This record gives sequence, structure tokens and C-alpha cells, in this order.
Amino acid sequence: MTTEAIAISGLVKTFGSFRALDGLDLHVAQGEVHGFLGPNGAGKTTTIRVLLGLLRADEGDVSLLGGDPWADAVALHPRLAYVPGDVSLWPKLSGGEIIDVFGRLRGDLDPARREELVERFELDPTKKARTYSKGNRQKVALVAGLASRAELLVLDEPTSGLDPLMEAVFQECIREVKAEGRTVLLSSHILAEVEALCDRVSIIRAGRTVQSGSLDEMRHLTRTSIDVVTDRPLDGVGDLAAVHNVNVDGNRARFDVDTDHLDETVRRLADLGVRSLVSRPPTLEELFLRHYGDELADRVGPHAAAAEEGLAGSDGSAGGPAGGSAGGTAGGTAGGTAGSSAGGAAGGSTGAAGSGDD
Amino acid sequence: MTELTGLGTLTRFLLRRDRVRILVWIAAIGLLIVLSAASVEGIYPTQADLDEAATASRDNAAAIAFNGPDQALDTLGGQVAFQVSSFGLILTGLMAIFMVGRETRGEEESGRLELLRSLPVGRHAATTAVLLVAAGMSVAVGAVITLGMLAIGLPGGGSLALGAGFTAVGLVFTGITLVAAQVTENTRVTYGISGAVLGAAFALRAAGDVGDGTLTWLSPIGWAQKMRPYAGERWWPLLLILVTTALLVAGAVLLTAHRDVGAGLVPPRPGPARAAPALGRPLGLAVRMQRGSVVAWASGLLLMGVAYGSVAQDVDDFVGDNQSVEDVIARSGGASLTDSYLATSLLMLAMVGSGFTIAAVLRLRSEETNLRAEPVLATRVSRPRWVASHLAASVVGSAVVMVVAGLGVGVSYGLAADDLGQVTRMVGASLAYVPAMWLLAGVALLLFGAVPRAVGAAWAVLAGCFVVGLLGEVFGFPDWVQGLSPFDHIPEMPAEGLSAVPVLAVTAVAVALAAGGVVAFGRRDIG
Repeated sequence: MTTEAIAISGLVKTFGSFRALDGLDLHVAQGEVHGFLGPNGAGKTTTIRVLLGLLRADEGDVSLLGGDPWADAVALHPRLAYVPGDVSLWPKLSGGEIIDVFGRLRGDLDPARREELVERFELDPTKKARTYSKGNRQKVALVAGLASRAELLVLDEPTSGLDPLMEAVFQECIREVKAEGRTVLLSSHILAEVEALCDRVSIIRAGRTVQSGSLDEMRHLTRTSIDVVTDRPLDGVGDLAAVHNVNVDGNRARFDVDTDHLDETVRRLADLGVRSLVSRPPTLEELFLRHYGDELADRVGPHAAAAEEGLAGSDGSAGGPAGGSAGGTAGGTAGGTAGSSAGGAAGGSTGAAGSGDD
Repeated sequence: MTELTGLGTLTRFLLRRDRVRILVWIAAIGLLIVLSAASVEGIYPTQADLDEAATASRDNAAAIAFNGPDQALDTLGGQVAFQVSSFGLILTGLMAIFMVGRETRGEEESGRLELLRSLPVGRHAATTAVLLVAAGMSVAVGAVITLGMLAIGLPGGGSLALGAGFTAVGLVFTGITLVAAQVTENTRVTYGISGAVLGAAFALRAAGDVGDGTLTWLSPIGWAQKMRPYAGERWWPLLLILVTTALLVAGAVLLTAHRDVGAGLVPPRPGPARAAPALGRPLGLAVRMQRGSVVAWASGLLLMGVAYGSVAQDVDDFVGDNQSVEDVIARSGGASLTDSYLATSLLMLAMVGSGFTIAAVLRLRSEETNLRAEPVLATRVSRPRWVASHLAASVVGSAVVMVVAGLGVGVSYGLAADDLGQVTRMVGASLAYVPAMWLLAGVALLLFGAVPRAVGAAWAVLAGCFVVGLLGEVFGFPDWVQGLSPFDHIPEMPAEGLSAVPVLAVTAVAVALAAGGVVAFGRRDIG
């Protein structure tokens, strides 16, 4: 049984009357890369600050590498490396000096590894921090953090501002870290990055954890989108249980289906004579958007809800935490992006059923 | 005038953002000056009192050096101008420096100016808005003082000249800071350059007034006092001031037009690719961050010390053999007038040097709010160790700054008096004032630990020390109010002997305050 690198349950942190964390749970096993997702202001950075012993938890149990992050901060910190999302450097020091400062303050500066990373990230270590661009400041913080051999990396949106080439270098570095059996907590908005790197994911919102698990598990709990063309008209498809966001045009239909009802749905379609069928598992983006669906619905407003009713009049008893019209809106929004990302890192299992005979 | 597009909006925005700051500066300076003036009236109720005061001051080079030239000291107005103007003019200069520095280079350094300049806003609009607001503040300070003096019942012409002098100094230092903000890309250095000019202005004025008066004409503070409020006003120095301000503003405009946003005049040089070994410890990092300001403050205080020391020899020459001087000597417990003067000089230097002491401790807060504390505290560096690194820079730096100031006084006085034994004597005496500076470091640290949002109150405490130290006699505070200033407990060396008990007591209070600050910081959230 593996011990947990991070175990948080029921964490509450208030700032005055504002409840930044409201009973948050987060469990990160040793050796895993754990994605930490949530919209802006959800409490990701606050959680990380509690883990670093910078903020004192108001309620709840927090354990970091088996210790108490507040009381044992100094004892725990040599075992972790932290990369902030909002990197602020001493303007008069050079990037190289700053990397060394952090390495020495942490106590595990490895000159060879440092050199290698400076080269891989194409960083000029002689420039004064004042003159670095945002991306270069981020690289300084990344090199300082990745040069460490610490058993836990805490990364708070570590790639904001990096170009795609550097993003690839970053992903490579994280895979190496993982191969060495070290643990990573990765807070990120770049969902492709999370999908590519993370074993498990926790999604938080308004200071609470709304979902946590492996990507496969999470996919299973949600919907698969189906594009189908059949011999006979698809009029009845909207009445099927577990089918949502239906858009029927004669013999052609596009809809989402709860993944655990996929089998029975495909059987019903087979009865209509399938000529072509494309199924796409939900991308992380869709999972993510689903959880913030009602926020989106609030923002997009009645227009989207009306449009959805016009489309299919889906039943609203949708699975998943998001409510009826909200789920629909989220699916609709995600649908637009799913097409483009399906072939990418997400690598959805695109299965095309052969056409039926005449 | 596309260069000024958006000026109206930016000016209103600046007024909105800084409305509290603006009002506090104007009210603080205005009230302080008007209230001091009102109490001068109470100290010298009869013409005989005024005559006596005039004779005493006229023959006292120290008083002339700190307050200003001998102008109608036997009138109430002349005495008011003598007592309040030099301190008030320095405050007005500081107002302009801090206001302009933070709103020009400070905004640029933070990157906010870049955001503004991406909008349809003219190249010079933001700077001009700051110029307008700072000039408006200077005019307002002058107006409050003129109206206050009129309310006290002083003559109209003199009150106008006194107020105009305050406005004038505000305007000149607005111009000086505008130029300084173009030269360097660092806000702290902007303050440093302008502050050094202010210190030089005060020192030149002091040396000129004690000497033959020539040097006074190199100082904007001198110009304001040479308008002779209540002593047969003359108005033409105003022209000098307006022309100087216009030239400075024109210089700043020219410099702005020839540089990039965010840059200074000196291009950044590359740094070392590897850190020196000392940087790997919190103390090394703190020293690296603070050494520039130690050097700057020490240089400034060295110059001030040299200026003070250079006139010390004149104090004795200045003394006629009249009764009032005998009285002064008697009051200071038999110490020589020169030693009293030197003690006042060292006190002044220590209070000015406390600016470094407090700024060095408050670096902790700026590191915290700029998010640089966070990654450091995420390493094995403990909170007490991190705090101690900057506190050590403040404690040791204060002593260095003060010793250098004492060295300046000692060397210049020693050379003038042909007695180089004064060097060690002055350096020794200057050290006695250091514990009072440490106490202010303790106050700043306690504020940082317990009420981080209110760290600025440390500056108010220092301002209080100045008021008690320089205007205490004018106000006639009760002893317990005087006693609130740590400097009040330090023996007036070299005029008095060293008494260990008060110095150790002040040190002990400093240690207790600092310890409280460390404990409080250990318990609170970062950020």
C-alpha cells in the first residue's frame, strides 16, 4: 500500500468573510503526477500555499509527506520543490544567480543538472531578472525547481507564458521526474498538458473538490459523443434513455450518450442499419466544462437554453452533477472544440463502424 | 497636442487613486506648520521676550544652521518663519519626492504604465498628470500655510511670502524628481537621487547662512527663505524658482522622449551566470539586496555630516560675549556651545539615518507583497531566519550609516579646528544614537509581524520623532510626550557624557519589540 504524499480532507480557509476553501479534499499518492484543476479563483493557489505552510488552515486535516505543513514547514521543505505561477524575481540579480540561490536555500543544488536544464530551456543565465520576459521569468523558476532532486514537486501553473517548444521540454522533464518515482502536484489550465502527463486529476470549484479520479474513471462517468448515419430515419433517438443534446437531420444524428449506456445505445442504432459511426470519448476539456457548466449557463444565459430546447428538447435528467439545461450547454460548447482536440493529445479512440449493407 | 491625449482622464484617475495620500500630506504639513506658528506666539508673549530670543539666536550658529538666516527675529512673524520654515520646507520637498517618484518611475517599474501607454494616451500625458497633481499639492500646502498665518493674525505680505516659499520648494523638487525618474529604472534610486539633492540643499543653505551667504543661493530651500517673509518681503526669488522648475520639467520631457518605456538612461549590463557562494544563505541574499541602499544612505549622511562638521568651528567664533549665550551654556550643563551644536547635528543625522533603518526592515513587507518571500519560505529557510536576515541588514547597516555620518562630522570639524582627535570622539558619540535607531527597527518589525497592512505607520513614528526632536521646544510638549521618542532618552553626546543605563534600556526595548515581531510573524498567514 502506497502512502500518500499529500492528504487533505475537509480543508477550510477563510479570508475575512470570504471562504476561499470550503471543505476541500485532495489526495495525491506517492509517485503519481496529479492534475489539480479549477477555474480562476477556485482556490488552487490557496491550497498550495496551505501545503507550503504559508497559510494556516482554519479547519480540516492536512498532511504533506507525512508531516504537518504548518508546524513542520522547515523540516518538510528540503523534500519539496515549488514553482510559482506568478514568478517575481529580484530585479538586480541575474537568472543564473537566482537559480543558484534557490538551489542552495533548498540545499540540493546539483550543478550538472542545473547546466543541463539551462541548456534545455534555452535560458540566458547572465541576463538581469529585470530584463526577462514573462516566459523567461517562468523558465528561471522552472529550472530552479526542476534542478532539484526533491521527492515532491509542487507546480502552480508552471508553464504559463512558455512557448510550445518549451512546453514540450517541460512535459519531457515531468516524464523523467515521474520515471524516477517522484511525485508531482500540477496545477494547470492547459488541459492538453494535464491529459498528457497526469495519472489522476482533482477538479475543484469554489473551494471544494467536485471530482477526483483517474482520467479513465472520469471519462467513464461522463458522456461519449456519437456521430451516426443510418439507413432508416433517426427520429426516435431523442427518446432513448441516457442520450443528450440530440441533433437529428433525417438519417444523420449527432448526440452525447452516458458512457455506461453506450453498449445498449449502439445496439439500438444497429437496428436502424448503421452506415457510419464515429464515437469520441470526452476530452478533459469536456469533463472540465461539464463541471463548470452551470456557471457557463449563467453566463451565456437564456439564449443558450432556448437554443438547446429548439435542438432536441433533451430530457434534463442528465447524468452527472450538472443540471439539465446546464449540462446541455456545456456539451454544446465542448462539442465545438472536441473535434479539433480529438485527434490530438487526447487521442480519442475513434472507432468507425463499417457501413451496413443495402 | 496628441502628446497629451488623455491628460484629463489620467489626472482625475490619479486624484481618485491617491486622494487620501494627497490630503494627508497637505493636512499634515499645513497643520504642523500652522500649529507650531501658533505656539511660537505663546512662547514669546512680549516684545522683550522676542528681543531676547532674537539676540540668542542671532549669536547661535547652530540655530542659524538648522533654522535659517537672521531675518527680523525680533518680530513675531520673523520668529515664526525662523522656527518653522526649514523643517517644513524639507517636509514639502519630501512630499514632492515621494509623490512624483512613486507615480512616475514606480508606476513604470510595476508595468502599469505600459498598460496605460497601450491605450490612446499621449507620451507625456501620464507624467504631466503627475506634474499637475504634485504642483497642485505644493500650491495647496502654500495656501494652507498662508491662510493659517493670516488666521493667527500675522501680516498679509509675509504670510503670502512664507506660503509661496513652501509652494516653491514643492515645485522645484517635483521637477528634480521628474528628472531623477528618467535617469534610473529603479524607483528606490529615484528617491535616493532626489533625497540626496534635498539633503544637499539643506546643507548648502546651512553652510551659506552660517558663512558669508553665497552657498545659500545654490539651494532651493535658501531661495524660499531669501524671500524674507515678514522681514521686508522680496519676490524676485520666485522667478528663479519658476525658471528652475520649468528647466527641470523641460529636461524631464526631453529625456522621456529619448528613452524606451521601462528603461533608464543607463542600459542594463549582464550579470554573472553563477551566484557567489554567499548568496546561498538568506543573510547573503539580504545583504545583496540592501547593500546598495546602505552605500547610498551612508554617502548622503557622510555629506550631511561633513556639512555640519564644517561649520562647527564657527559656532565658537560666532559667540559674542553676551548674557544670552552664557545662559545657553548654563542650560546645557556647562558643555561648550560647539558640543551642543555637534550633539544636535548627530541627533539630526541619526533621525535622518533612521529612514534607512525603517526602510531596511520594511523590505520584508515588499518582498512579501511582491511574492518573492513565498518561494524563499518554500525552501528550508524558516520564517525567523528569513526575518533575521533583513533585520541584521537593518541593525548593522544603521550602525554603519551612523558611524560614517559621525566620521564626516569628525573629519570636517577636526580639519577645521586642527584637532583630528575629534574624529574618534565624533565616531564614538555617533554610536550612542544607534540604539534609538534600532528601536525604530523594532517598531517596524513588530508592525510587520502583527499588522502587516499598517507597516507604513513606522514612518509616522519616525515623523513623530522629528516633531518631538525639532519642534518639541516650540510646542512645549510635556515630558512624557517628549519621552515617547527613543532619541529623547539618548544622552546628548558629545555635549553630555555617556550614561549606559538609558542606552541599554533603549536597546532592550528594541530587542523586545523585534522579538514580538518575529513571534507575531511566525503565527500569521503570508501574503
